[in-house]
Amino acid sequence: MSRACGANRRLGKRVLALLGASLLIAACGTESGGGATQGGFTPPDLPALRKLGTPEGSLNVLAWPGYAENGSTDPSVDWVTPFEKDTGCKVNVRTFGTSDESVTLMKTGDYDVVSASGDASLRLVAAGDVEPVNTRLVPNYADVFDFLKDKPWNSVGGKEYGIPHGWGANVLSYRSDLVKPAPTSWSAVFEPKSPYQGRITAYDSPIYIADGALYLMRHQPDLGIKNPYALDDKQFQAAVDLLEQQRGMVSEYWSDYLKESQALKNGDAVVGTAWQVTVNITRSEGSPVESVLPSEGATGWSDTWMVATKSTHKTCAYKWLDYIVSPRANAAVAEYFGESPANRKACDLTADRSHCDTYHAGDAGYAARIWYWTTPIAQCLDGRTNVRCKDYGEWTRAWTEIKG
Amino acid sequence: MRRAVSAFLDRKPWLRLAILLSAPMAWLGLAYLGALAALFVTAFWHADPFTGKVIADWSLDNFETLVTESVYRTITLRTLGIALAVTVLDVLIAFPMAFYMAKFASRRARRLLVIAVLTPLWASYLVKAYAWRTMLSGNGILHWLLTPFGLDTPGYGLAATVITLSYLWLPYMILPLYAGLERLPDSLVDASGDLGARPARTFWSVVVPLTFPAIVAGSIFTFSLSLGDYLTVRIVGGASQMLGNVVYDNVGAANDLPFAATVATVPVLIMLGYLAAVRRTGALENL
Repeated sequence: MSRACGANRRLGKRVLALLGASLLIAACGTESGGGATQGGFTPPDLPALRKLGTPEGSLNVLAWPGYAENGSTDPSVDWVTPFEKDTGCKVNVRTFGTSDESVTLMKTGDYDVVSASGDASLRLVAAGDVEPVNTRLVPNYADVFDFLKDKPWNSVGGKEYGIPHGWGANVLSYRSDLVKPAPTSWSAVFEPKSPYQGRITAYDSPIYIADGALYLMRHQPDLGIKNPYALDDKQFQAAVDLLEQQRGMVSEYWSDYLKESQALKNGDAVVGTAWQVTVNITRSEGSPVESVLPSEGATGWSDTWMVATKSTHKTCAYKWLDYIVSPRANAAVAEYFGESPANRKACDLTADRSHCDTYHAGDAGYAARIWYWTTPIAQCLDGRTNVRCKDYGEWTRAWTEIKG
Repeated sequence: MRRAVSAFLDRKPWLRLAILLSAPMAWLGLAYLGALAALFVTAFWHADPFTGKVIADWSLDNFETLVTESVYRTITLRTLGIALAVTVLDVLIAFPMAFYMAKFASRRARRLLVIAVLTPLWASYLVKAYAWRTMLSGNGILHWLLTPFGLDTPGYGLAATVITLSYLWLPYMILPLYAGLERLPDSLVDASGDLGARPARTFWSVVVPLTFPAIVAGSIFTFSLSLGDYLTVRIVGGASQMLGNVVYDNVGAANDLPFAATVATVPVLIMLGYLAAVRRTGALENL
């Protein structure tokens, strides 16, 4: 026993010495620079599909929860089965919780189509994980609102990489019984010494830095921010400073919308950024929660269905693209998830006739006040060429620092 | 045939041992140590910031960021502080409980108490954490209970994280303490009293030194489990983050696996340091 212990101790010492040495090397550091590849991007030159073949009989769908419901969540919510019956494409659905997860999963090459938000789509395009879409093979594309077409988050160099699906704004939500007067500006969550400090909630993602930049666009015009996703060093630092200052007033960061709903209901949070669906759910539980699109405008999401380059079920994929933005399916998804449909004809088919009004579908003026999530890249998205903008990697590091 | 095999094995004790141990050793070697080695290697690579592809270029940039940026120091210290607070709190709660179970409870009560300590482990971690979220809420049960005494719920934050983690890991502290105290001979306590020591003196000079290895064993559980936790702090931690959250965010949000690996080596190093410190006290040899 004691001999074994001695041997162990010697071994242990050696392991510790080795670790100590490696730590020392690590602490010494090197002179080499960042090392990561930087700059704008040129997407790989991939052809779009020319014409449809016969459906391959199967389709692997990667989707936000609530976008491809097959009755497994709620037997009465099912728009996948009719598609399977029509096309003979057996659908396997995998859902994801964040844009970044969708990017990671698409890299496996196991999926044929993906519902990508703007902060995922460009990364998928740049990596060559998705290919351009031939919109002539998607008849329902004609009915998609024009203000959603050929946008920086779904098209590159005039080439469409997907079919717009639906969109929504990150609205300012508040407890109307506790927040008086009703806020009309994001200053309720950003200004120092807000009367609601300690009960403010904020979105837990690096992309939330854009919300700070959007606020500065209006309130510090001398920074010259033209696009909250295109920030040079000085603009970025100002946004980060604003958010660091905000952190002291934040009760909680949310990424799960149900967690935010609960916080609003219990009054642990009384004001903060939210999705319309969160507001609806909380209100349906009897809590007086209201939402407003503040005077500064807002950030938001606009989702796109894309086709994987490596897909071996491309005919089924195109059938899905056309089906999911068809008026009936698009209406069902928009209503179930709580967002604006992309297809103008969907508005006549929602169960709640006021749905499109609630979500301002087709309201191009409202939509123009929204800055849709898009991936920040080194090549400034606002067209400036004389400066280098902060890329998403830097946004992520900064986000860790903001949260402290 | 079977007889022949068993006779053969009977003559070759090393083969018997090899067959017996091959599965667990393969598990330990490949799945566990292999993964740890892969983690350590990946920590020296980096990821393309835009596409998230891992690039196998050797550099110390990740470690440089980790060491030079003050935010990671703050988070490491906060995580250490939480892990220490949870451990101390658990020892304080668990010791009287384990002492009663081992020395005073009847045989029947003892069995019931062990079951009572173990039952929380049957419930899901998430359910328990969310239960605490509800209790700690601004209009939750703690608020209702404490208001008459002029106190209030701590709300979501570091205090809430420490309370919730202490609750979650308490059984892992009680059980080793109970086992340690049960092995403590009553005669030693009696002898100390016969020699004129007051109860406090007996406690500090006899009971604590003899159960120290058990305290250490429990603390290894509570300390290491708290060190790696990231869910509780997300649920009740308000705006705070721990090392685990940095790892999680770098895997889930930033797609930067190498940097996540770099951050993940920190708890490993802390645990090695902790074990080395514990070794010096000699507690491990009596375990």
